[in-house]
Amino acid sequence: MSDAPAEVLPTEEIDLAAANQIIDKFLTLPGNLMPVLQGIQDEYGYIPRPTIDLVAERLNVYPSQIYGVLTFYAQFHLKPRGKFIIRVCVGTACHVQGAERIVDTFFDKLHIGHAETSPDLRFTFEKVACLGACGMAPLAMVNDDTFGKMTVQKVEGIIADYSQRPMK
Amino acid sequence: MSENAAIKILICQGTGGISAGAKKVELEFTRLIEEKGINAVVGKRCDVIKTGCRGLCANDVLVDVITPELGRVTYDFVVPEDVANIIDEHIVNNTPIEKKKAKPYYNTFVDQQMRVVMTGCGQIDPDSLEAYLEEDGFKAIEKCIKTMKPAEVIDEVKKSGLRGRGGGGFPTGMKWSFCAASPGDKKYLICNADEGDPGAFMDRSVLEGDPFCIIEGMMISAYAIGCYYGYVYVRAEYPLAIQRLQHAIDICYEKGWLGKNIQGWGFDFDMRIKMGAGAFVCGEETALMASIEGERGMPRPRPPFPAVKGLWGKPTNINNVETFANVRHIINKGADWYASLGTDTTKGTKIFAVTGKVKHTGLVEVAAGMSVRQVIYDVCGGIANNRKFKAVQAGGPSGGCIPAEVLDTPVDYDSLIKAGAMMGSGGLVVMDETTCMVDVARFFLTFTRMESCGKCVPCRIGLKAMLDILERITEGRGQASDIDTLLEMGATIKKASLCGLGQTAPNPILSTVKYFRHEYEAHINDKRCPSNCCKELLLWQVVEDKCVKCGACLKACPSNAIIWEKGKVAYLDKEKCTKCKSCYDACRFMAIE
Repeated sequence: MSDAPAEVLPTEEIDLAAANQIIDKFLTLPGNLMPVLQGIQDEYGYIPRPTIDLVAERLNVYPSQIYGVLTFYAQFHLKPRGKFIIRVCVGTACHVQGAERIVDTFFDKLHIGHAETSPDLRFTFEKVACLGACGMAPLAMVNDDTFGKMTVQKVEGIIADYSQRPMK
Repeated sequence: MSENAAIKILICQGTGGISAGAKKVELEFTRLIEEKGINAVVGKRCDVIKTGCRGLCANDVLVDVITPELGRVTYDFVVPEDVANIIDEHIVNNTPIEKKKAKPYYNTFVDQQMRVVMTGCGQIDPDSLEAYLEEDGFKAIEKCIKTMKPAEVIDEVKKSGLRGRGGGGFPTGMKWSFCAASPGDKKYLICNADEGDPGAFMDRSVLEGDPFCIIEGMMISAYAIGCYYGYVYVRAEYPLAIQRLQHAIDICYEKGWLGKNIQGWGFDFDMRIKMGAGAFVCGEETALMASIEGERGMPRPRPPFPAVKGLWGKPTNINNVETFANVRHIINKGADWYASLGTDTTKGTKIFAVTGKVKHTGLVEVAAGMSVRQVIYDVCGGIANNRKFKAVQAGGPSGGCIPAEVLDTPVDYDSLIKAGAMMGSGGLVVMDETTCMVDVARFFLTFTRMESCGKCVPCRIGLKAMLDILERITEGRGQASDIDTLLEMGATIKKASLCGLGQTAPNPILSTVKYFRHEYEAHINDKRCPSNCCKELLLWQVVEDKCVKCGACLKACPSNAIIWEKGKVAYLDKEKCTKCKSCYDACRFMAIE
């Protein structure tokens, strides 16, 4: 047993009105926990702590159960995410065409690892298994823009381009 | 959309097409047609239609121009800059642009195939109910309700010999009859569209290209089994598929093709989309049901099988997208017609997603029984860059490798299993001499270990232990006993795991050891990667005998580490090299080791 004091997390202040609306929408649907969480994530960009307590109370499930679901599925995020989400495909076809080096180059240039977000909340980097455009392998995406037939040389240009875009 | 447009412009807009810029091409066509007033001259006779994926994703954006004078002409690699030209030359002057036309191989690619499931994909507008009805849409469900009893529908499907296209290959008619025989009036139907296998995208293409045929397939199944509620479980990573399917469902509700008393025929069927949230294991049926119920997607032991006790404890029937897409064709054309396609044990067609080091990547639908060699060489044009074929990985993370010596294996369930691979979801990843088989095994195991749900010990701990060994081998720290350990563990995990994910996860390793043991041995004994692929084992130097002094490596290097002059052998400066391996891929002669 360590006698260090427990870490106290700062509580987030967020507007719960939107979350309440989402819960209202799915209240009577059987198996509504996932759609509610997906809706909340669409709204806030991640799952803020206060919304977990709210969902637990209103859907009558334990917070632990909600955490169980949140940590099981890759889609849910418990921390705020960057404005530009860079996703590099590491599916089979992209892997065979050398996706690893694209990933490594992004790591080197952005100094953030898989599923991490830069401190200024500009970039989030993710490796994903198959974005489904295997004909264009290797593939990278920034938000909804697709970059096919990626090379190490192209990485720098992409980062430069999105570094200059406004954050608003 | 006008009914009598004489000129049709079909623009391929699957995910592959859109990532190649199909949206821009479409807007450009629409803009220029408005601007040039082609409509004004000859009434509205020009239709720009977006379609689903046509299969040859490597050549997107594909555009078909159909005019009464010239018939159908296909252009590939179309960019917005080409559009004005196509309109002027082809549509106004009636002379196709030979330079932009798809090369003869496009026709070879199409002609070698047998399109059954994908008949609508790439030919019709996925958002248009009218277009689907014109293609005999909903004729099959009408035939079922008006002329057949539910048991007759099941018999028809049994007779056709259709087997589950999710990869398991269980006879579909049998599955339906189990669920139909279960007592109770509340039953569920689920369409499994959680296509988590990296490198397979046929389910998504069908959903994006012809969503109505899935709805119809599910209606027929629901009628046969006697259930009134269906879910489609789609991966959240497929936004376009979700959007198009949702749109199709909404239209069907609006026009009375879904809901209560469909078309006044006294048959009810409701359906909704359930979005997955990114877990490969949710493709396993029991995990999928847990996920719909809002739990962690963990498999449970079977029996009880879903047909007896499934979603919310009620009898449930689960089929894959491609299985449902086959159903309407079986009803429309008859079981005998369907049974005449394919081999003795595998009837009908199968869609393969052919990717990797092959000339024409894309979706290929062929009659079962064609050999793997024909699929790769005849349909997809063989290996890219004149390299040597090494193996093809079939069936994704649960499948195995097919080396050159068994390339003549026909593509059906049983022959592929005999060859040490499996049909799986139908991903075929082609590999050439620069692909290291140990690395491929490591890649698949990394994936399955990440996606293992962790419920049972063999899968949770066994896969991790196997992965550690493989990582050691690829980093040059392999031990002599490693291969035997891998084989032993693989066999145990196959036997002892709870669900299909664990039971098949060792397959990539077992099959690569079986066919490419010498590569493992080279890594372990000689600390060398024969394919020049595993980073830790590379020497980062140019082999002077093999270098043809072409300078391709210089162009590829992002960090100026290659020193090369015309007519001289290249030299690699290890100080500057960032070990990104760009030069390895650029070199056609394996001259860097």
